[in-house]
Amino acid sequence: MNRIQDCLDERIVIMDGAMGTMIQRQQLDEADFRGARFKDWPTDLKGNNDLLNITQPQIITDIHQQYLNAGADIIETNTFSSTAIAMADYEMQSLAYELNVAGANCAKAAVAQYKKQHPERKYGPWIAGAIGPLNKTLSLSPDVNNPGFRAVSFDEVVAAYAEQVKGLVEGGVDILLIETIFDTLNAKAAIYAIKKYWSENHSGKTILPIMISGTITDASGRTLSGQTLEAFYTSVMHARPLSVGLNCALGAKEMRPHIEELSQLANCYVSAYPNAGLPNAMGEYDEQPEDMAGHLKAWATEGFVNIVGGCCGTTPEHIKEIVAQVQTLTPRKLPETVNELL
Amino acid sequence: MQEHHVIRPYLRLSGLEPLTVRPGANFINIGERTNVTGSKKFARLIKENNYEEALSVALQQVENGAQVLDVNMDDALLEGEKAMTTFLNLVQSEPNIAKIPIMIDSSKFSIIEAGLKCVQGKCIVNSISLKEGEEKFIEQAQICQRFGAAVIVMAFDEQGQADTQERKVAICQRAYTLLTEQVGFLPQDIIFDPNIFAIATGMTEHNNYGVDFIEATRTIKKLMPLAKVSGGVSNLSFSFRGNDHVREALNSVFLYYAIAAGMDMGIVNAGQLVVYDEIEPELKQLCEDVVLNRHNENNEATEKLIAFAETVKAKGKTIVKDESWRKTSVEERLKHALVNGITTYIDEDTEEARLQYAKPLEVIEGPLMDGMNVVGDLFGAGKMFLPQVVKSARVMKKSVAILIPYIEEDKKNSATTSDRAKVLLATVKGDVHDIGKNIVGVVLGCNGYEVKDLGVMVPADKILATAKEENVDIIGLSGLITPSLDEMVHVAHEMQRRKMQQPLLIGGATTSRLHTAVKIAEKYDNGVIHVLDASRSVTVVNTLLSKNKKTFLQQTADEYKKLRHQFANKKAKVLIPYAEAIVLKERFNWKNYQPVKPAIDEVSVFQQFDLAEIAKYIDWGPFFIAWEMPGHYPQVLTDKIFGTEAKRLLNDAQQLVEKIIAENWFTAKAVIGCWPANSNDADTVTLQTKNGTVALEFLRQQLKKAVGQPSFSLADFIQPQGAKTDYMGAFAVSIHGAKKWIEKFAAENDEYNKILVQILADRFVEALAECMHHKVRTEYWGYDKNENLTNEELIRESYKGIRPAPGYPACPDHTEKKKLFSLLDVTKNIGITLTESLAMDPPASVCGWYIAHSQSHYFGLGKINNDQLEDYAKRKKMNIDEMKRWLGTVLQ
Repeated sequence: MNRIQDCLDERIVIMDGAMGTMIQRQQLDEADFRGARFKDWPTDLKGNNDLLNITQPQIITDIHQQYLNAGADIIETNTFSSTAIAMADYEMQSLAYELNVAGANCAKAAVAQYKKQHPERKYGPWIAGAIGPLNKTLSLSPDVNNPGFRAVSFDEVVAAYAEQVKGLVEGGVDILLIETIFDTLNAKAAIYAIKKYWSENHSGKTILPIMISGTITDASGRTLSGQTLEAFYTSVMHARPLSVGLNCALGAKEMRPHIEELSQLANCYVSAYPNAGLPNAMGEYDEQPEDMAGHLKAWATEGFVNIVGGCCGTTPEHIKEIVAQVQTLTPRKLPETVNELL
Repeated sequence: MQEHHVIRPYLRLSGLEPLTVRPGANFINIGERTNVTGSKKFARLIKENNYEEALSVALQQVENGAQVLDVNMDDALLEGEKAMTTFLNLVQSEPNIAKIPIMIDSSKFSIIEAGLKCVQGKCIVNSISLKEGEEKFIEQAQICQRFGAAVIVMAFDEQGQADTQERKVAICQRAYTLLTEQVGFLPQDIIFDPNIFAIATGMTEHNNYGVDFIEATRTIKKLMPLAKVSGGVSNLSFSFRGNDHVREALNSVFLYYAIAAGMDMGIVNAGQLVVYDEIEPELKQLCEDVVLNRHNENNEATEKLIAFAETVKAKGKTIVKDESWRKTSVEERLKHALVNGITTYIDEDTEEARLQYAKPLEVIEGPLMDGMNVVGDLFGAGKMFLPQVVKSARVMKKSVAILIPYIEEDKKNSATTSDRAKVLLATVKGDVHDIGKNIVGVVLGCNGYEVKDLGVMVPADKILATAKEENVDIIGLSGLITPSLDEMVHVAHEMQRRKMQQPLLIGGATTSRLHTAVKIAEKYDNGVIHVLDASRSVTVVNTLLSKNKKTFLQQTADEYKKLRHQFANKKAKVLIPYAEAIVLKERFNWKNYQPVKPAIDEVSVFQQFDLAEIAKYIDWGPFFIAWEMPGHYPQVLTDKIFGTEAKRLLNDAQQLVEKIIAENWFTAKAVIGCWPANSNDADTVTLQTKNGTVALEFLRQQLKKAVGQPSFSLADFIQPQGAKTDYMGAFAVSIHGAKKWIEKFAAENDEYNKILVQILADRFVEALAECMHHKVRTEYWGYDKNENLTNEELIRESYKGIRPAPGYPACPDHTEKKKLFSLLDVTKNIGITLTESLAMDPPASVCGWYIAHSQSHYFGLGKINNDQLEDYAKRKKMNIDEMKRWLGTVLQ
């Protein structure tokens, strides 16, 4: 059995690094994004990274491959924005399902090739279907003069996520990853959509584990929608996730106290994939692999984490260094969940 | 190192902030005024679309102490789903309201669903029931579950609402089984409402409703201990509507017994609850008989209460309440007003007291404080609730406001001006909970103290720097989450290090007298006091600022000592037998390990190490800490407030460093040595020296750890004998010459440079130890010739191998230092001497062992047991009692 739970009990599991940074390295132009199929599409498509799952699948597969070779156990599909709501920016609402299936296929191709080359591998690799936060939010009003207004409704968000979940599951991912959560209510809609999906499509399918990863945006220690870390955790516990954690917005140094707190709170595994430091004056992430891995190593030594990886600005070099420094360390032990109040 | 921890099945709710219902927590007040069926005002505002004003009703509830907000939009004239959505969306934009969890209240499930779609936090659904059968119940519960909400389950089934104890319990049990077994609901997310019905209606069959609820609650909590019990309290006294005096008394008596039976929360207008102890005896007796259904077979008790109610009513509408307290002395009246939160007469009573007392301050210190002490005691005994305390505080504030101008005037006229005492409050680093602390602030503020509130997530440094800067009299720390406890210990420790004088108050939900006594009080000598709650803080602060301070601190210290003693006797850590710990040693893969033979041969001495070389290794972080500069290096240099000063300090220091180097003020001496070494299975490392073998003895962790976790000993980092020869090293470094300069500056009364030299000598010796270790790794031993680390990485100890010092956590036995001194002939070679307690002189000295293995690491020994102590003493050929004395802190 290739169960991620078994691996998690044995060692620290490594996630991949940034997809966007790697795509940027390719310096693709408008024509590359369009490919043949969207040659005449009415809107600009450069920057629609998820579209590359369809137009340049070899590039995406190759990036996955690089992360697998660096030692990642979990790779994330390139589907952060593959929802009807986010794709509206490109008038590509109707492609949401297809983008998710294609994203899963790119990852599967990379895994298949990797497994062929590494038949000895005991665990993994696994594919996490990435479910991003959307560009519209349920708890905040975009109109300062009308705080009760919402740009999108809960039902609309559930419908968009439900379509994404269907695409990811049918595309063949192993895990569903709700990540970069700025607004907990969006995440709750995603959880709702996932639960709904399984209740309607349970026959013959293994229910996939859920990973949840929130984002603490600044030194206040709160999410963008204003929740403290513990309040956030309390609000998503009902997903009964495989893991809960944090990613993005902060570098490892700034994320440390929050991960420490989470490691105390969580009755599931704890994940963390910070950015490569904070952006420098040029807006670039420049924390070096050894520096970042050093921070993660310190966390791992303290017993804070079970799953680590990288977010914005991290590369296969970062992941390789993280593997080298962290993978052999003892993972965080799950706290004992007891049935007594005292 | 990771501590094993346990997660308990508490009910956990959240708004922007978490609310965890722990056992022993106070009764949770659910604000009831944002309910269109219960509040005419709120209903009117919603109907008029005046949502802004409606929000202020919600805010008022929070300010009055509501910990959960019940929102109900069930009105035939309203579009309930829409009203719920609009209102809750607006609530989300008000952080002061949105911080508490929402209870979405409706008898129409579609309105509940609409509400759940608006709230990011974990809500309570109020309510679902078996009224329409199991299928519907399960379906609704599943929807709640998808939103992650807790649910209130009404004791209501296909037959109707349960009125007897038996039916209440039976329905709740049936619902519990369905929820936990079929729906997969967590038991702690289930809250029962076993129906509070009106009593004293005149119908004898209603007389037992109070008892039915109370007893059902008791049984439910016994059968389903993880579930919670709630209820709408006002229903109970419905038959006395229009007579608030009797209603409040009846509700209060009922609540007193229901809470004792296990009721966890209730929908109440807490601001309007009379204090149980303050109900006049006659009325209280009558209420108890009615609530508990005593002497009431033929409505006797009911009729008596009704008769009493008539007399209250007969007094007329303007004076429904018993005003007899107005006839008592002014002190009694002030006390009554405080305890009952009545501001009506506070102006005149304060004025009367002011005229009666010699000084206005005495009014505060006398009757007002006496009143607040009663509030504190009642609150402590669970007979008053938080909102009532806040109300008392308001009365206090009003009275104090009247007195302040006179006190100021008094001050002008008196020779001895004493400023208002200052209390600093802060929620410690890593914690964002501040409700309790804010209440303490209110209460202290209205007692005439100047409160300096630093807010939440305040680092120790900021707390203590501010305390110093503002010259506060008392420091109060608050925290709710468990890690805050450690932070408080840290603050106490820092206070000791910084030689602070202020007493330290500890408060907040996770804190306890025991923890304070055992963990915090020992860290700080000038007074640590656990303060149970806000109202008690006044008594404590007051005492600490009076002439009784010393006695009080002594009493507290004695009491804590006793607690520590009891704790030590009771709560021994689980230790495993020493033999077992040895078996659980950390095992490196020695097969693939290639020990590196040291380049130096035995001992090398450096009589005059290049100061310029050392200076490159200086870690300026501790330098600023030593100077009690807030913030970390290098950020402190750009700090808005301290940056200029910090830069000046660093500049001065760096100039002095240059001078020290140029004029050779210091002499840096070092001695290092490396020897062939092997460990055995008994925690001894044997060194082969030219003068024969030297046995170093090490201790091993004995604390019971999680399965698979090794029990560490430094001995494990040296290869066991038999296979290859391994190596181990030792060092001692020292900075000589500082004393002369310290004395010179002292003689010139130049304290600044005196301290600067002292601190720099410490920095130099630490830098020397770092520098020497670096050279040992890359050169003198040479086990990591390719190491290429920046200074920052050196400080973070990113290098391979360790240099643990005897007397420090991994090897806390100071007496091994003697062996180190003898191996390196430290005193003769570089002039460090050991004091009686094995401290090194000059003080700027460091010594330790060198261990090369790349997987070696630092750790803390923790507690050890007698079996190891005996073995260790035997190995060291030392008297057991003497050994005990040296290892006192690590003995169980």
